Order: sequence, then structure tokens, then C-alpha cells
Amino acid sequence: MPAQLIQENTTPFDTVEIDPVTLDIIENALRNARIEMDATLVRTAMSPGIREQGDAFPLIADPAGKMIVGQFGSFIDGFLQTFDGTIEDGDMIFLSDPYSCGGAISHSNDWLVMLPVFHEGRLIAYTAMFGHMSDIGGKVVGSMPIKAHSIFEEGVRIPPVKIWKKGEYNEDLMKLVMHQTRKADWCQADLNALIASCRVASKRIVEMADRFGPDVYYSATQALLDRNYRAMKSLLAMAIAEEPVSFEDYICDDGMGYGPYKIKCTMWREGDRVILDFAGTDPQSAASINFFLNENMFKMFFGIYMIMVFDPQILFNDGFYDLIDVRIPSGSLLKPEFPAALSGRTHALGRIFDILGGLLGQKTPEFLNAAGFSSSPHLFYSGNDNREGKSGEWFQLFQIGFGGIPGRPLGDGPDGHSLWPGFTNVPNEFLERYFPMRIERYETEPDSGGAGLHRGGNGIRMTYRFLADGRIAIHDDRWFVPPWGVNGGLPGKRAKKILERADGTTEIVGNKVEDVEVRDGDQLHFITWGGGGWGDPFERDPALVALEIEQGLLTAEGAREYGVVMLDNGTVDEAATTALRSDMKAQRGEPKLFDYGPGIEALREACEEETGLPAPIQPEWHSEPIAEAAE
Amino acid sequence: MRYRLGVDVGGTFTDLLLFDNETGGFWRHKTPSTPHDSSEGILTGVAEITGTAGIDASEIGYFLHGTTVATNAVLEGKGARVGLITTEGYRHILQIARSFVPGGLAAWIIWPKPQPLAALEDTLEVGGRMDADGKEVRALDEDGVRAAIAALKVKGVEALTVSLMNAYVNGEHEKRIGAIAEELMPDIPVSLSHEVLPEMQEYERTLSTVANAAVRPVVGKYVSKLRTGLADAGMQGNLSLLRSDGGLMSAEKAEEHPVNILMSGPAGGVTGALWVAKNAGFDNILTLDVGGTSTDVALIENLEPRRERTTEVGHLSVRASALDVKTVGAGGGSIAYVPELTGALRVGPQSAGAVPGPVAYGKGGEEPTVTDANVVLGYLPEDLLGGSFKLDRAGAEKSVQKIADALGIGLMEAARGIIDIVNENMFGALRMISVQQGYDPRHFALMGFGGAGPLHVNAVARLMDSWPAISPVSPGVLCALGDATTRMRTETARSFSRLASDTKVEELIAVLDEMSAQTRSELLGDGVPEGEITSQFEVDIRYAGQAFEVPLTIDPETLRSGGIEAILQRFDEEHNRLFTFNMDTPHEIVNLRAVALGEAPQLPAAELEKGDGNPAHAKIRDHTLWMDGKEQQGAIYDRAKLKQGDTIPGPAIITEMDSTTLVETGCVATIDAVGNILINPESK
Repeated sequence: MPAQLIQENTTPFDTVEIDPVTLDIIENALRNARIEMDATLVRTAMSPGIREQGDAFPLIADPAGKMIVGQFGSFIDGFLQTFDGTIEDGDMIFLSDPYSCGGAISHSNDWLVMLPVFHEGRLIAYTAMFGHMSDIGGKVVGSMPIKAHSIFEEGVRIPPVKIWKKGEYNEDLMKLVMHQTRKADWCQADLNALIASCRVASKRIVEMADRFGPDVYYSATQALLDRNYRAMKSLLAMAIAEEPVSFEDYICDDGMGYGPYKIKCTMWREGDRVILDFAGTDPQSAASINFFLNENMFKMFFGIYMIMVFDPQILFNDGFYDLIDVRIPSGSLLKPEFPAALSGRTHALGRIFDILGGLLGQKTPEFLNAAGFSSSPHLFYSGNDNREGKSGEWFQLFQIGFGGIPGRPLGDGPDGHSLWPGFTNVPNEFLERYFPMRIERYETEPDSGGAGLHRGGNGIRMTYRFLADGRIAIHDDRWFVPPWGVNGGLPGKRAKKILERADGTTEIVGNKVEDVEVRDGDQLHFITWGGGGWGDPFERDPALVALEIEQGLLTAEGAREYGVVMLDNGTVDEAATTALRSDMKAQRGEPKLFDYGPGIEALREACEEETGLPAPIQPEWHSEPIAEAAE
Repeated sequence: MRYRLGVDVGGTFTDLLLFDNETGGFWRHKTPSTPHDSSEGILTGVAEITGTAGIDASEIGYFLHGTTVATNAVLEGKGARVGLITTEGYRHILQIARSFVPGGLAAWIIWPKPQPLAALEDTLEVGGRMDADGKEVRALDEDGVRAAIAALKVKGVEALTVSLMNAYVNGEHEKRIGAIAEELMPDIPVSLSHEVLPEMQEYERTLSTVANAAVRPVVGKYVSKLRTGLADAGMQGNLSLLRSDGGLMSAEKAEEHPVNILMSGPAGGVTGALWVAKNAGFDNILTLDVGGTSTDVALIENLEPRRERTTEVGHLSVRASALDVKTVGAGGGSIAYVPELTGALRVGPQSAGAVPGPVAYGKGGEEPTVTDANVVLGYLPEDLLGGSFKLDRAGAEKSVQKIADALGIGLMEAARGIIDIVNENMFGALRMISVQQGYDPRHFALMGFGGAGPLHVNAVARLMDSWPAISPVSPGVLCALGDATTRMRTETARSFSRLASDTKVEELIAVLDEMSAQTRSELLGDGVPEGEITSQFEVDIRYAGQAFEVPLTIDPETLRSGGIEAILQRFDEEHNRLFTFNMDTPHEIVNLRAVALGEAPQLPAAELEKGDGNPAHAKIRDHTLWMDGKEQQGAIYDRAKLKQGDTIPGPAIITEMDSTTLVETGCVATIDAVGNILINPESK
């Protein structure tokens, strides 16, 4: 049953003619409101995940739930179709269950608040924001258990409920929720921050409706949607062919020893409409790496990639949704059946962007970027601080790492940066002051960026020395299947994690592990992947290669991938370089459009030797596709 | 020595303002800037303005100067070659930075890779480690230090910086490296991070230290040249530079810590606005400084401009106090265009700049700009008073017609559309510093200055509902006025990072007193008499765990009498004002700062002759302009002839040498006692 809207004033908005200038002014004001949402959030949130790393996403929608500003697309329309309750002035909806909103948020750690905005008794907009909570209870610290088999193991799961009901705060509900988490203080502060952000935006919308008149405001939002529709329509006709193109990439493993999991997408245009079809994607995993991909969210990602190139000033909105048809097979990794576990969805979410890049660039290689938007690696470290002088206080750290940005048409990929918008690293002096750890090394990993005319960015080597006994968990990917290079560029190096015990022994640990005990003095070398290279590495200036060796970004060994031979005095051996380049070129032949590395079977064979870890076992699905079974 | 001389060097003009301490009267002057060596233009200007005033350079007691020399050194990469020594494992600290990629989703595709301010090949690491409590974990590897310094010497670095992990708690290792450097390369200046910025956050501390070292030689060279030139011209007074935070510092101090003058330029406008506000009797002001390519906005509350703890220069964010000035790419030269794909009207951030400039300037510009729209609408009369050139109205119309055609609307509607959009962009910037910070713009007046500020101030005031809209005296040389009228200031900062509940007020006072003594002795060293120095404390507080601190200014007495509780209560009020809620979480005292201030000069503005309210004597002619969707009859007035109390109904245009003030329909301008134009809605 769809949601029941209760308004004091049920007069529909008049659609009025909007002059182009007023339209642009309203567009601008909406953009500012959204910037204000971000600013409010970052300033008042408390968990390092949100306050330092900005892991939260705002949106403003029209009364029908279509997103007018934001970057993740709107789920509200779908939500309203299934929400079994009323929407009234003074209400605020709160939820965290991905299965309750069609995957608008994709794991239970993301808490979402949604505020219907009323103007003179009429629903005029929605504002919403979701952010990643550092802990929502459940079987592991941080609430993202790798070895979960169902969402019930992943902490508190909140169906759509009202935090505020007609202006009245539901204190008992919040007590119940906060009782589930290990970090109620962070959750409370972060939730306050989400709420404050939505309230700020709602205030701005009411001001706009007052300033321009509600009919003008409403009509402007519709015109903005329409403008986006028209712009995208011509863009699609221009850039997307009718002939299908496909692209596939992998999630390395599921943390239970199985992998890789394939994600495949095929794109073609039928008249005005573009179809993005994920048929051929592997079935869902028995572990938690499933990613419940919301169709609208994917439409938005797709649109943003397109718009970025043509008129970056366009405000992204939902106006073009009707032009795109996203098909995701039920029961697949991207549309798992309830109650599949979802907490480890970050890897597939990241991989979606590599797939988009690969799809869109195939017809226009000069615009193609290499791979590297792989995932956002996580480290969890928790325990009771048993250092001398401490009284065993509980601590828990959730940290997001960064890697190499891919080689691009524009130039080299930056080293050790973030591809997620707004994310920043946490200062190590902050970590050392507030957590029992010392960061012994924080450098880029030489040679990890894929070789190319434009080098892929290097990954990061971060060495944590733990100073109190505790437990760690690691979530990372791209350790088995490398980030691919393009236009002759080579793949980037893969991620790796080495645990060096206080007694000097070392062990390679997996990239998806949890409940690993660490003791005072142990060190973890957390090495992330490099971005893929772009363009022919033999075309790169040898002097630049030599300089990057001096800079510690590359080694003399790594220079060989560019066909550059170094002398012992740190200068280029010109003659040997010319000879080696000509040999290597002859051996290679024409540069490849995509270089995926040696292929899955070869990777499997060499896995133990190259990565120090056993090769993942090919998953097998014995039942019929669940989609059919579920019908 | 009765005169103060303020000098502001801009991209096109060097503005000078000579202030008579005794009468409050002043002379203003503009002379072309000389970008290859700005001291040349300055000296020319000094000769000219002293000539006009009929005084001798030796009568100038204070030479007060806002300069972009440090800013440009950073932006154009013309700083010194800086060597950097870091803790082992941190060689790539400037390369990784904060891992932040600006822009939204997928913006990484088009974001250029920045180069670190100290080249990576000039960055070396050394063994030795302090922990977060300042305890030595590993001794300094002195052999390694010697090897690193020797290597940097061979590379030819011009300055050395040392920035080690946790040096903000214990700088012993940095000090030792400094001593070794002194021994091995005595001619190379050394900056140590714990001295430049004793605060937590290794990247920001390192960057600030490197930035300081990089601009030091450039600033040093500039200052010594200027000093010599001024001495040759007979000037014996003090030479001071304007800091990014709106205070003055001696030229000597600026040479040592140029990181404090990175945003000297925009600070001048704000301090100028402050002086005007004082004289006009307004305590709360929003400033709107409209230039050719961009607009700077700032907020002044109770005659105190808002400051922030970071100075943004290009893509670098340096930890040094600066006035909280926000910049948007919207100015007179901003180009209007209509992208084919969306058919939307966009204005800026691309700008026609000084060359080719707006079409109306007739210097080869072809793209329609904001200035062209102002000309088309009649807001900028084509024969400017005192202007040596006539504006090309026909050319401006032709260019704006392109926009009108693309949008399918009339010429005038298109021109007004361009103005409305650029005003909206300015409005957006003003909201960021007011509404977004919890201030109600209705409690502020809006002051427009810079070349085009007075043209837009009325319309933007309407959007903000901030009245009156003020066109100050000499809007074109307000920066120089600010340089001339502000006061000496210095500060020192330190990380504290402790829960308020674990802190005794006596401890806090002891630390602050020590810091305060340090800043006072700095001002004493600059020749400020003991009796004229006042001290202030600033304490940054947050709820433990937040990323955002609220800076609170307190005077030492209040702290002594009210204790820590009193600060916390103020924090709670401020937090509630900013974010609409408070929390039960414990408070953390994050940073401490001590500020020492020289005496503010008492410089009243000269009073204007009283008139009878009728501006007829200043009227130049009747004038037709386009406003509120139709052609209207207005008049043009000569600002120099207006008298105190004159009242001008809109629409009207008031012109002067370097600026034009627009009074919109439905508004009334009155001339206040000292010559400011105050615009209010008719109904008010």
C-alpha cells in the first residue's frame, strides 16, 4: 500500500511559465542549499568516518520524490510506493534497512533520515541524507561482518519509522536503537548532524517558496527536471551507439575463500532510450559482499559520468530517468534476495565505476580512463587500552584508506588520493593522540601505479604499530584481479597486507579478514592497489622516469616496465634504453585497448607465489537462479 | 610626523591614501602598477601624492602596506627552492597531502595533479621518533641528518625546512637538526615546524612551514628594496605590512613569517570597511568587494571581522589566521554564455580579465560580460565622469544580443538577466558567511566597494534584506584606506587537546600567560610602547570527537573570574546558534592562542559640509535606464559635489573618479555626515 499523504492544503501547485533567469537563480539557490547540508554535517558529526572522511550523502527532492539536487539519485518515489503509513507535517522518517527502500542505502550501517517539507500546509519537497555509522552493533566491531550469512548478523536493522511524528520526538524508539550500538555517542552525534542538515535544507526551501512564490518554486523544479531530460536526450543520442557494448570486471573474493565474482554490464541504445543490462553478472554470494544496487542510483552514476564531460555546471537531477532502463537480474550479486548479507558491499560499489568507465570509453578511447576506482579499503582496530597508565578504556577505530587514481587522458593519476568525493585522510598525529597506535610509515608504494605514458597513481603503504592488545579487521579488494590499464598502459599493482609480529616474524594476511588478534608492538603493513596506466609506457620521457626514481615513486626495477635502463649513478642509460624499448615493443606488438593482466586462470595459478595467499576457489551455484525460484 | 600613508598594490593600479592624523582629511591617488617590480609604482605614487598634498615624505610617520607579493610567489610557483626533512616513513607527506580530490563524483577525471611546494626530490627523511606525548621513542639519527643536509646542499636548495612527527609536542629533534644545518650550511635559512606552527596535524604544519620558507626570500628581497627606495625618497617612518588577519606587522617580522601575509590583499578591503563602518555608526557589516574577475565577501560583527584559522591560496590551505573572506568567480569581467545543451544562462567563472576585458572597453573583447550588461542597461553611463575614454555601448549591445537570441528574449531582459545571475552568485557567497554561520543578514548593513561594488550593492542588499546598502567614501581605494587605519597585531598558537573536565583554570591561565608574554615582547620589539599593548586570549572548543572547533575570544580577566565554566557556556550558546542543538558530550579544549594588539589609531573621518537635502546642485543630467522591466527616467549626479544630508530618489546614478553607485527604483540614497552614500528602501 502506498504512503498516505496528509496535507492541510490539498490545492495542487499551478504550473506557471518560468523565465530562464528565474530558473537559473532557483537552480543556484538549490545548489547552495545542498552545499550547506554538507557543511552542517561535517561540522557537527563526531565519528571520524563522517567528520574526517565525509562518508554521507544529501539530497533534495520534489513532492513526487524526484531528486532535484544530490548525487546518489532518489529512492523516495520507490519508498513512497511501499511505505505503509502517513506522511504529515512535522514527521521525520528514519531507516537503515536496504530491503525497505529498494537499496537506496545499501547496507545497514548507512542511516537515512528523510524530512517532508511543507509550505503553507502543502507538501513542497523532501530533503534526505544518509551517512555511515561507525558501529550499529552485531557480531563484530564496526558491524560489517565479513563472514555473515544474512543481514540479521549485521547489527540493528531499522525499518522506516518516524523519529518525529507530527512534531513529537519518539524518544523510546531512539533509546531502543542506541542501545544496540557499541558507540552510541558517535551514532547520536552523527544522527543529530544528519537531522540538522535536513532541517537546514528544509528551511532554505521554505525561504525559496516564500521568496518566489510556491507555484514558481514548484514549477522551477519541474522545469529543471525537464531541462535535464532534454540535455541528456541529446547527449545520449550523440554518445551511445545502438550496437551493444559489454564490459566485465571482478570482485576478487568473498572473504570465505571463494572468488572471483564477475560483474558484467551491456549497454545499447534503442531510439531515445539507453539500456544498461547486468545480465551475466554472477549470482549472489553466501557471504556479505553483495551489493543491493538501486536502479535509480545507477542511473544517476551513469548520468554524472556523461554530464561531467559536457556541461559540468548542470545540476544533476532525476529528470532524465525515463531515458534509461537499468536491468539487474534478481538473485544476482547486485540484486540479492532477502535476507542476504550486505555489509561488505563497498567493493562492488567501487567496481561499478570501473565498469562504467570501461563501458563508456570503448567507443572513444581518447576519453578512456584506466581502472582503479576499486573500493575503499577499511581497517578496524578495537580493544581495551591496556597501556601503562591507562585504565583499559574501550577504543575502536574505523578507517578508510586510499589508493592510486588511474592514469587519465589528462595526465598521471595522483598518488594515494581518494576517488570518492569529499573524502580526506585522518591526520596520523590525530590517530596517535587518540588511539593506542603509532603510524611508522605513510608513503606511496613505489611501482604500484600501472606503467603508461600517463602513470597510474601509486597506492599507499601505511604501517600501523599497535600499542595495545586488540583485534583488527581488514576489508579490501583488488588483491587478486589487478586494476586494468588502457590504451597500452599496464595494470596497476595489487593490494597486500603484511602482519609483522613484535618478535620479527611476518605473515601475509588476507584482504578480507576479521577478528585477527594483535598485540602491543605488532605492525600491520596496509598496502593498497595502484591505479592502472594510460597510454604506451615506452612513450614516457626517460628523464621523467629517472626523476620519479629519485622521488621514491618508482624503483630502478620498476623502470624496466617503461623500457628504461638506469645506470648505477641514477641517470638513464640512453643506449640500453633505446635497445630495450625496441625489443619490448617488438615483443608486445600493438598496444592493447584494455590490459587486464594475464587472465583469471593464470592469476589463479601464480596466486600463492605472487600474493602469498591461496587462490580463491571458483564459486559454484547449484540451485537454479533464485529469481525464477522466487517467482 | 602627522601623516599615515596606506598603499595597496593591485593587478592594474596601485592605490595610495594619505591620511592626516590631525584633521582626518585625506588625499587619494591611483597610479599604474608595475608588476615586474611593484616598488617602482609605489615610489612613483609616493612622489605624486606627497606632491599633491604639498608635504614632504619625511612627514610620513607610518607607511602601511597591503601586498600580494607573497600570494603571487605561491600561486606562480616563484618561491625559493625549499628542502624538506621529514620523519622516516613520511617522505611523501606533501605528495599524498590530505588525499582530497575536489569536486563531486567523477571529478577526479578532470582534476589536475598538483605538484608539492617542496619538490619530492628535495624531500629527505631521517630516523628518530617522538610519540604523541612528546616522549622520544627512537633517538635522532644524527649521521643520517648530516647525510641528508649534505645531499640537499649539493642539490642547491635555497631554504631548509624541518617538519617531524609530533614536533608540536616536542621540538627537540627539530631543534637539533636546525643546529646541525646551521653548522653545515650556515647561509641557508632554516624553518622548524614547531616554531612556525606548534599545532597538531602533520600535513598542515609541514605545508605551512614550507610555504613560509618558500616565500621568505621573495618577501625579503621585496621589502629591502622598498625600504631602500623609501629611505632614498626621504621617508623615515615605520614600514608595516598588512597581515592576512587584518592586523599590521613590522616589515622585519613579515620577512621572517611571510606566511602571515599571504592574504594581505583582500584583508585591506575589510579593514577599510571597518574604518568606514566606525565612522558611519554601523557595528555589523557585510562587505562586498567586487573586482574584475571575482568578488570577495566578509562579515564584521560588533566592529570585529570574523577570522578563520586557515589561509587558502590557490589549492593550498595554509594554517595561518586570516580574515574569513570568501571569494566567488563573479566580477565585472565575468563572461555570460548559454551552453547549447541546456540552454541555461551562465555567468562566469570565466572572465575577460583586464585583457581583452569587456566589449565596452573597446580593447578587443568580444564576449558579453557583466560590465557590458551594466552598460546596456544604462547603469554605467558611457561617458564616465573624469573618465578619459568613452564606453562602447553599441559593441556591448551587440554582444549581449547574442545572449538574448540564444535565450529567445529581448536585449534588455537578457542584460538584466546577466546582472540578476551575477548578483545571485554574490548573494550565494554572502549567505555562506552569514546565514550558514548562524548570522541573520537583516541585522547587517551591506557595504559595496572595489571597482564595481557600488553598482551591485543596492540589488544585493535587496536579496539579503541587509540595509542600508552603503557606498563608502572612496570605494575604489578602500584597501589603501584599510592599510592606513588598522592596528598592529601578532599572535601565537598552540595545540592543547585536553578535556575541559581534566583541566584546571590555573593551568590554562599559566599557558596563556606565557604565550601572551611572548606576543607582547614581539610587539615591544617592533617598537610598540608597553602601555599601548592589549592582550586577548582565544580558545578553540568542541564537543570531544567533533572535527569543527568554535573559536572563542576571551579577555584574561573574564577567564580568571569566570573560570572554564564561563567559556563552556559561551561555547554551548555559539554551538546552538550555529547548529541548533547542544550535546551532553564532554567539551574538549583544542587550541589556544594569544593575541597582542597595538593601539587602534583614532582616525575620525572629516565631516562633510551640510546641505539642504536637495541634490540639485550636484546633478549632471537626466538619464534613461532600464529597470524593473521597463525604461525609466533617472538622473546622474557628481559625488564630489554632494553635501551632507542630500537625498536622492532612485533610479539614479552617482559617479566619481573610479566608481559608479547605482540607486535602484523604490530606494532612496542619503549622504551621511562623512560622505558615505546610504541606500534604503523608500518604505524604511
